[in-house]
Amino acid sequence: MRIEEMNLVPEMMYAGHNACPGCGAALAVRYLTKALGTNLAVVLTASCWSIITGMPPLTALKCPILHCPFPSAGSVGSGVRRGLNAKGMTDTTVVVLAGDGGTFDIGLQALSGAAQRNEDYIFVCYDNEAYMNTGMQTSSATPFGARTNTAPYPLFKEGQKKDIMQIMAAHSIPYAATATVAFPEDMEQKLKKAQEIRGFRFIHILSPCPPGWGTESADTIHLSRLAVSTGFFPLYEIINGVSWKLTCKPEGKRTPLKDYLEGQRRFKQMEDIRVEALQEEVDHDWESLMEKVETSEG
Amino acid sequence: MPFELMSGSQAAAVAVQRAGIDLVVAYPITPQTAIVETLANFDARGELGGDFVSVESEYAALACCYGAAAAGARVFTATASHGLAYMHEMIHWCSGARVPIVMANVNRTIGAPWCLDPDQGDSLSQRDTGWLQIYCSGAQEVLDTIIQAFLLSEELLLPCMVVFDGFYISHTYEAVDVPEEDKARAFVGKPSFKAQVRPGSPANMHGLTTGDNQIHLIRERHDAMQRAPGLLKSINSRFMETFERGYDVIDSVIAPGVKTVIMAAGATAETVRWSLPGLNNTGLIQLRMFRPFPCEDLRSVIEAHGVEKVIVIDRNCSTGMGGIFAQELRSAIYEMENPPAVQDIILAGGIDLTYEMLKKIIEQEKTEGHLEQTWGVDLR
Repeated sequence: MRIEEMNLVPEMMYAGHNACPGCGAALAVRYLTKALGTNLAVVLTASCWSIITGMPPLTALKCPILHCPFPSAGSVGSGVRRGLNAKGMTDTTVVVLAGDGGTFDIGLQALSGAAQRNEDYIFVCYDNEAYMNTGMQTSSATPFGARTNTAPYPLFKEGQKKDIMQIMAAHSIPYAATATVAFPEDMEQKLKKAQEIRGFRFIHILSPCPPGWGTESADTIHLSRLAVSTGFFPLYEIINGVSWKLTCKPEGKRTPLKDYLEGQRRFKQMEDIRVEALQEEVDHDWESLMEKVETSEG
Repeated sequence: MPFELMSGSQAAAVAVQRAGIDLVVAYPITPQTAIVETLANFDARGELGGDFVSVESEYAALACCYGAAAAGARVFTATASHGLAYMHEMIHWCSGARVPIVMANVNRTIGAPWCLDPDQGDSLSQRDTGWLQIYCSGAQEVLDTIIQAFLLSEELLLPCMVVFDGFYISHTYEAVDVPEEDKARAFVGKPSFKAQVRPGSPANMHGLTTGDNQIHLIRERHDAMQRAPGLLKSINSRFMETFERGYDVIDSVIAPGVKTVIMAAGATAETVRWSLPGLNNTGLIQLRMFRPFPCEDLRSVIEAHGVEKVIVIDRNCSTGMGGIFAQELRSAIYEMENPPAVQDIILAGGIDLTYEMLKKIIEQEKTEGHLEQTWGVDLR
């Protein structure tokens, strides 16, 4: 299905914007704003989207955007929600938009505070797995084994990617879900579901980044799909921090992780032993996710 | 309502409740905590009249204020010392974004080492952030200034810091004339500034711009701030008509013929005021507004009285230069035809100013002549 054919409100994103060709984050925000409709306010922290949206008075979105400093997104979202409520605009959907740096790293405290208070807005993390706006530096969302400009060859990112979804689940928020750009219907359903729920909602979107990952701009959707079929980035949702549900189950056996890694420059010189280690990590996380899903079903 | 016995912190909280507030954002820090606790008590009794939220840090507190003010709400928070320092990025951001916010800062020394005494270095190190700063010398003044600050901040679209000394004001009880709620709310009115976040109306607020645009924005902010002394005077005259008391941007007590004055801000100004009868031929300039710096008011009072010497009480020290109020004053009077001599008394670390110390300062003048800088500890 083409995005134009989906039963969504008119485009909320203008045709002109500053994203690189093939940018997953530009697609992600196009889908999510289409899903959420026109009565929308966006809080935007320092990230690629600070640039993508253009220089004021130009803008790329047909809704108000309030820029905020890097660590502050979670708290500014709380303020906008409460401020709009004070003005009687309780039906406006407030979305906080942050990259992985503004979510996993510098924004984590504000995110945790807002989640714990169950603030009534949707926090969207578009995760391109490094500080891409500054040119590909390691974040705690960078996968094990990847090379970045702060971990150049022969160095590599050590340690696992931080499991932000488990962190959010531990806050017992009403709704948390993963999504990625190759599955717009899945993303739309999750956002519409999130919009109907009151309280803190968290959407984690894997957003391929051609210049950062070292991939062709035409491969964004293909990579996004491979991330799901390998189990590297499963699509699921968590209700109230306890009920886990897989929303896209790979048919048959999962694709080997190698298929996802090869063709990405950031993994190009990754030694076989580390590819195996990352495959083991993905397998382990997959099994642990399946356990949670089965327990929730049982 | 008649006089009530309350601390400076309680007076700050009462002012916020009386003015009418949409959102109070709370995070505790000594010696400010009683402000947000008192506001929480209003909330618990259903008397706050607005929303109250406890957040996870001072940074979050000001970030939350920013978001709510951008949506058009009237907001308040309070902090001190390390809390204010932790807010620093948001402090700049809020004035750049031109959102009205009233924040109380209760002076406390910034570490290391840990120290609770009321050094003014916390608020003074936010001097260049584009916030209005007003220093208060007692609980009544705190209450009245916060009520006025909402109007000042919302008219100029500049955030305003109302500052007072930890413990000497925050924890000291005095009889405070508390305005009736109806009267105070009628005086302040509902917030009428334009919201920046208006659902249905696309806008890219505070996104990336160039230096060529930024210089215009900084100039507009500077010009807005220059309007503050005049605007505060007019808010204050309306306040005086309603409540029969008021305060100028500076307050001077200079008897005819007096050529030596002491300039002080906050609680030390009150110490000087009560000591004046024992300090023969000495006057007082209480510095209330610090940003913008009231150059014109200071110069005209100095000129009108032919002041020859200003002794500045600085409960702060810019390391490597000296007291900050003294530096600012020297800069303001430099172009005067007959600028007075300036002596800087440094009470860094928030040390107390006593009547005996003031006597010693005045006597020293006679025996040792003019001194540029004196450390408070040497006056004991």
